[in-house]
Amino acid sequence: LSAAPEIPKEDGRPKWDNKFQYILSCIGFAVGLGNVWRFPYLCQIHGGGAFLIPYFIALLFEGIPLLHLELALGQYLRKGSIGAWNTISPYLGGVGVGSWMVSVLVSLYYNTVLTWVMWYFINSFQEPLPWSVCPLNENRTGFNEECYESTAVNYFWYRKTLNITPDIAESGRLQWWLILCLAACWAIVYLCTIRGIETTGKAIYVTAIFPYLVLTIFLIQGLTLPGATEGLIYLFTPNLNTLKNPRVWLDAATQIFFSLSLAFGGLIAFASYNPTKNDCEKDAVTVAIVNSMTSLYASIPVFSVLGFKATTAYWDCLDRNIINIINEFDLPEESIMRQNYTSWISFLNSSYPEKIAGLKLKSCDLQEFLDQSVSGTGLAFIVFTQAIILMPGSQAWAILFFIMLFSLGLSSMFGNIEGVFTPLLELQIIPKSAPKELLSGIICLISFLIALCFTLGSGSYWIDIFDRYAGSVPLLVIAFFEVIGVVYIYKIKRFSKDVEWMTGRKLNLYWQITWRFMSPLLLLIVFVAFVTLQMQKPPSYTAWNPKYEGFPMKEEKVYPPWVQAVCVLLAALPCVCLPLVALFHLVKKKRRSKDPSFVPPEVFSCQGAN
Amino acid sequence: MLRTLLLTLSVVAIAHAELCKPDAQNAFKVRISIKTALGDNAYAWDANEEYLFKAMVAFAMRRYSSKSTTQISNVLLCNVTDRVSFWFVVTDSSKNVTTVPGSEVEAAIRMNRNRINNAFLLSDKTLQFLKITSTLSPPVEPSTPVWLIVFGVVLCLIVAGIIFLIISGIRKHKKKNKESTERENLEEKVEVTLENGIPCEALDLKAGHVNGVFAADDERFTSL
Repeated sequence: LSAAPEIPKEDGRPKWDNKFQYILSCIGFAVGLGNVWRFPYLCQIHGGGAFLIPYFIALLFEGIPLLHLELALGQYLRKGSIGAWNTISPYLGGVGVGSWMVSVLVSLYYNTVLTWVMWYFINSFQEPLPWSVCPLNENRTGFNEECYESTAVNYFWYRKTLNITPDIAESGRLQWWLILCLAACWAIVYLCTIRGIETTGKAIYVTAIFPYLVLTIFLIQGLTLPGATEGLIYLFTPNLNTLKNPRVWLDAATQIFFSLSLAFGGLIAFASYNPTKNDCEKDAVTVAIVNSMTSLYASIPVFSVLGFKATTAYWDCLDRNIINIINEFDLPEESIMRQNYTSWISFLNSSYPEKIAGLKLKSCDLQEFLDQSVSGTGLAFIVFTQAIILMPGSQAWAILFFIMLFSLGLSSMFGNIEGVFTPLLELQIIPKSAPKELLSGIICLISFLIALCFTLGSGSYWIDIFDRYAGSVPLLVIAFFEVIGVVYIYKIKRFSKDVEWMTGRKLNLYWQITWRFMSPLLLLIVFVAFVTLQMQKPPSYTAWNPKYEGFPMKEEKVYPPWVQAVCVLLAALPCVCLPLVALFHLVKKKRRSKDPSFVPPEVFSCQGAN
Repeated sequence: MLRTLLLTLSVVAIAHAELCKPDAQNAFKVRISIKTALGDNAYAWDANEEYLFKAMVAFAMRRYSSKSTTQISNVLLCNVTDRVSFWFVVTDSSKNVTTVPGSEVEAAIRMNRNRINNAFLLSDKTLQFLKITSTLSPPVEPSTPVWLIVFGVVLCLIVAGIIFLIISGIRKHKKKNKESTERENLEEKVEVTLENGIPCEALDLKAGHVNGVFAADDERFTSL
């Protein structure tokens, strides 16, 4: 079964306007929300600068080889994920179907995260910002209780945005404001992907470059804020002891893997629109390095702002204590300042210990405030929004920040949608005469309707589930079979020749070693470690429950059995495609070999790349 | 004469001391934070400011009960500290050596809080009456929430973009169809004239191509 395509001169396949568009699309796909809100968090909890060591090792042995593999594959076979893997071997068709399914599942919940970003964006045009003040309660005697006990920022996120239910089993109602924003988000996605790469190629110029501008602005602003240097020193001070913990290496490997958006099929789709004589090796190295540099670049403003927030919280703590002391002892104003606070405290403690004890002063420790690490949505919607309130001109900063997050997420969505769109276009789900706009419209409409369930009260719990189970384990499995499939079933010698033909130079030893041994081995280890860690304790989640005794701390709950079944289904469904498709083809072959009159159609068909 | 005067004065002073002391009945503690409010423009708290304070409280009492019996001398201040904090109490001149009930004083202060704050260039937070809670101002809410307006603008832009792209796509599609049918017609004609191998349909054609070179040679062949 020869898979060598002829060189098509005019096969009617859309192509990129120029190389820059293609590179920018790959970079936009890889650079997403995780670069801003996951990487800095990992750096912080895993010993600062020391985390870069496992990160770059994982990049070298796992990230770049897998990226090169996918780009080379798509470029040579000139098909989307399903078509490409069917061409490699019908038994491996399941890999393509699996990545297609993961792209579908991830697109559904990823756009809902963008819905939240859009909601915050359209709320940033008010003065004062709605998450900076608590609303009053019914009889206007005080502040709303839920808001008063936690913070205004928490209240706006959990109540005004999500209207979250205290338990995942309680679905709550559909939140109409989120439905509006979801419709707008899917409309934007439709607008940009309406004709495939023809339109995303134009949109990517804005969505991929704009975040860098905003990050630079935030960098300059962040460095001028008080306390920024404390944050940065805290982030980058290396603590080499953390490297002894295997968890750190696992996190580095998974971070680089998910950050590069491998195994989604989107990269294969992007590369399939390239001319075949294109240097995919250079492209892969470029995209991977730009992605990692962006993560590093993004962590600087993030940590300047976090340092600023911690310093402000520390000063507030001190000021509150100072006011309490001044009021208790009727000392003149400004007698105790932050600088002489400690000396005053020790003096007063020795002379009036009972009075000081009666005041119940909180101990203010800057390190403690810096240690409060958050990642994911908590970083953007709670911590960062709180820091923005403290900056002068907060509306402008809020608007800039949320547009940046939206662009980052949107350019990743393009890759996800391309991973869904291209295989469907090739499978000719709709007749060839029908316009492409119809197919993208159908995809966006169906996705919008399914994603409505994420706008329920319990929606954010479900998004966490999708993120943890659909967007993690299946990708590792698919990537593993990708490498094994290309190296051992398609045979690496043949693939090396193909790549040599495309790039014009021989594959050097680094690719041979990593593709043959290092990457599959690393993927296997990461997969086993990941699954073992997940299975160690029953899957649980933290719920926002105002009636909980420890409120405003979140309540730790275990998933009910039916939810656990859904988790397993989400993780297993894309993976189970692999053996199912292989089995299907095996059965078909056996049936064909039993029927002697049946002539295999391959004898007559022309093997073309179309 | 002098002795009676001294006696009454001391009685009054003792009475005042009895009425105005920390945690006395109907007494309120006031805490003022001038430096926090005004920074560099802070004024010093002295006897003149105290006089103004007494005047404002008397004013508040007059406005509240709308009987002009409260005098500045009815307002007693005591225990002034460096913090600036002190206790005050309002006496009732009609009944001897008693204080006006705390609820009345509280209501009067509440009603005129704004005027009192402004007299001292302070706010509710920097001029605190410790037992009197201030009513919170109702939040300013526009008739349509601002976010809805912004959302409407964004949605209009998106829908306009989609319609524009769809229409331009349909137009391009129509133009491509027209061009492709024109090209097909052109190719058919070209096929017919350039075709070397005779297509089956051409064999049925009655009219063949007459090659003028050989046309004249017909006469050379003798007719049977």
